[in-house]
Amino acid sequence: MTDTESVLDINALGVTFTTETGDVPAVRDVSLHVRPGETVALVGESGSGKSTVALAAMGLLPENARATGRVSVLGTDIVAASERELRTLRGRTMSMVFQEPATALDPLMRVGDQIAEVLRNHLQIAAEEAAREAVELLRRVGIPDPEQRATAYPFQLSGGQRQRVVIAMAVANRPDLLVADEPTTALDVTVQAEILDLLRDLVAESGTAVLLVTHNMGVVADIADRVAVMLQGEIVETGPVEEVLLRPRHAYTKRLLEAVPRLDAAVDSPDAETAPATSTPVIELRDVSVVFGRGRRAVRALDGVSLTVAPGETVGVIGESGSGKSTAARVALGLVPPATGQVALFGTDPARIRGRARRALRSGVGVVLQDPVASLDARMTVAQCVAEPLRVHRRGMSAQERRDLVAEYLERVRLPRALASRSPRELSGGQRQRVSLARALVLAPRLLVADEPTSALDVSVQRSVLAVIAELQQEFGFGCLFVSHDLAVVQDVAHRVVVLHAGRVEEQGSTTAALLHPTSEYTQRLVAAVPLPDPVAQRERRALRSAQ
Amino acid sequence: MSVLIHADPAEPTPANVPGARLGLRRFTRNRFAVAGLVVIVFLILFCFLGPVIYPTDQIHTALTQVNLAPSAAHLLGTDAVGRDELGRLMYGGKTSLIVGLAAGLLATLIGTLWGAAAGYAGGWVDAVMMRIVDAGIAIPALFILLVVSAITTPGVPGLVLILGLVSWLVPSRLVRAETLTLKNRDYVLTLRAIGGTHSRAITRHILPNAVSTIVVAATFQVADAILLVAYVSYLGLGVQPPQTDWGGMLSAGLTAAYSGRWWLILPPGLAVILVVCAFNAVGDGLRDAFAVRGRS
Repeated sequence: MTDTESVLDINALGVTFTTETGDVPAVRDVSLHVRPGETVALVGESGSGKSTVALAAMGLLPENARATGRVSVLGTDIVAASERELRTLRGRTMSMVFQEPATALDPLMRVGDQIAEVLRNHLQIAAEEAAREAVELLRRVGIPDPEQRATAYPFQLSGGQRQRVVIAMAVANRPDLLVADEPTTALDVTVQAEILDLLRDLVAESGTAVLLVTHNMGVVADIADRVAVMLQGEIVETGPVEEVLLRPRHAYTKRLLEAVPRLDAAVDSPDAETAPATSTPVIELRDVSVVFGRGRRAVRALDGVSLTVAPGETVGVIGESGSGKSTAARVALGLVPPATGQVALFGTDPARIRGRARRALRSGVGVVLQDPVASLDARMTVAQCVAEPLRVHRRGMSAQERRDLVAEYLERVRLPRALASRSPRELSGGQRQRVSLARALVLAPRLLVADEPTSALDVSVQRSVLAVIAELQQEFGFGCLFVSHDLAVVQDVAHRVVVLHAGRVEEQGSTTAALLHPTSEYTQRLVAAVPLPDPVAQRERRALRSAQ
Repeated sequence: MSVLIHADPAEPTPANVPGARLGLRRFTRNRFAVAGLVVIVFLILFCFLGPVIYPTDQIHTALTQVNLAPSAAHLLGTDAVGRDELGRLMYGGKTSLIVGLAAGLLATLIGTLWGAAAGYAGGWVDAVMMRIVDAGIAIPALFILLVVSAITTPGVPGLVLILGLVSWLVPSRLVRAETLTLKNRDYVLTLRAIGGTHSRAITRHILPNAVSTIVVAATFQVADAILLVAYVSYLGLGVQPPQTDWGGMLSAGLTAAYSGRWWLILPPGLAVILVVCAFNAVGDGLRDAFAVRGRS
């Protein structure tokens, strides 16, 4: 492959970071090329070095990084280029779309002005002309009523609209290369589908080469022409998308694809019929409403929501951001008081009892929250974290008993005992979530509330954490309220699902029925928007969707 | 769920890097902080051990040898009543350092408790407590000190108490802000959801995680308190003769400023500047040392 054929040509790229604990090699001997009109997906798990490659392509590596090898964009060597040369390239020849649309835009500047600024940085055009062009770009990225929207500030737009604006800025000068680092990861699935459609159309129109960094195999199947799989800083497999996703050759790619939960009929969900449904529910929300704020600014986060979890049963709560699913979990946990309606925890309304009795009731609850970093106090050791519920509810326990129990539960979640004396910040995300799980289970709870317990984890790690939860549920028989935005994960673990939309229950029923044969229009849309990690099936699905 | 469970072979046990050593490494990388620490240690040795090596009479006046220039007998000369100036610098420094450290720590302690309580309670309790702080900040500390000093002549313990009571407001705001973010961390929510008490949340999670803020605030408070003592004494309202402190020495030397007797002004002035800068530099270094960092 010669330089003239590729827009981006990466040859034997190596990147090493200098940190306070020594040198860390992040990327080793990576070679990659992207041709005009082609979308190449760089996939891998966290820490594989895929984002570092994307930053190197833009010449945006942080100061503590040392790059070797050659990265050339249309013949210009990015590694050797001066900051001045890079400035003329960025925004014109190549541009970038980042993950988080909320921080990629200047909050104090109208979006039309931000797009116009990008244009005027590189073209000698009048302000009015740039403003007109900005409106045109907003129209091209599918923002309704672009004349009016151009005068809006970023906070007045939704997350999906903001990402459209970011894309408009990126394609404003018709770049030859677009680097997109997890462009849809922060977005809901329905919005993700729209943004991917937009990117596909723009590329088809302008012949732009795209380097897409993602961890989501569904996104890859949906949009990529070729795929490069990264593992520990190296590319282990590369090829056309059908080849790599359907007939992977490298063992790691196979493992990665196997771990991806799939939303389709082939998966056997836990059967709703085998779950006991007659005994007292461990948690019951009856017609619960929650209102945040007061007066005109009041937001109804939950509106007449009813749900129950029986012992031994897993109920999945799904919905997009702002649907109220986390609020529902927090009501169950007693962290958010309901404005109206009743909560029954193990048959008792916690609001009716006080003080010690109420705290004792809560000893039957285990909690795993989303963020593996914020879930554990970094100033404690792993053992102290796991022992905390014991210190709260088993005051009489001796230090030796406590140590033994902590070690036992660390083993149950498959962590080596040796980790007990470590600080959580030394652990990986998956290890931390398992520490959280050990802490949640150490009192042998009757209810486990898990709010997006695996959404910050890599798929292979997610799988092992979910497996541990399922196995321990079999053993202990706790009821589980499982909140997630990932339909495939919920299908994997839940007996029943509750679909929330804008604070209301949209659909409720057995997992198989609700996710494979949804009755409500919203659930159908939600299910249809999930990209399948199979390029052939995904193409059919997309055709079906656009035909509707 | 029908997946085979296997332990992760890919996840190795992480290497154990002790937090204390990492903190020390970060502190020592900040050259100003190390220099500040050296200066503080030196000044403490100077004030508390110095008189053992260089004994002088700081009680009696010696009217036969007033206002002597520095010489072999008196390395920094003598003051207007014949006391050795170098000895006086040690003697006064003792008061300055003791009052400064004690008052700074007292202010930090009060501020921490107040700020943590306000931030954790939230709602109207927080509003009332913080309006009290606002009101306190609106009154200049120096004004309160002058009024109190005009009414009574405080000794060292009195001075510590008064300085502590006027300077806890800023640390209380810092700790409250920190508490507001910490109380919504997932580990605090988890503790509350399983029925943990509020006192446990504050003492086990919030205060230990606010420790970098608190320690840094404390060093700045100590520096401020040393300055405040100097102010008050400079205005003649601090500790009473024959006791003195660096501010009092500056005040006493003021009349000599125009008669060329620099040794009465420069040494205490430099000492105050040095110690304040040193504490501020150490505060910066401690902030780096206490920062919690992830693996990334």
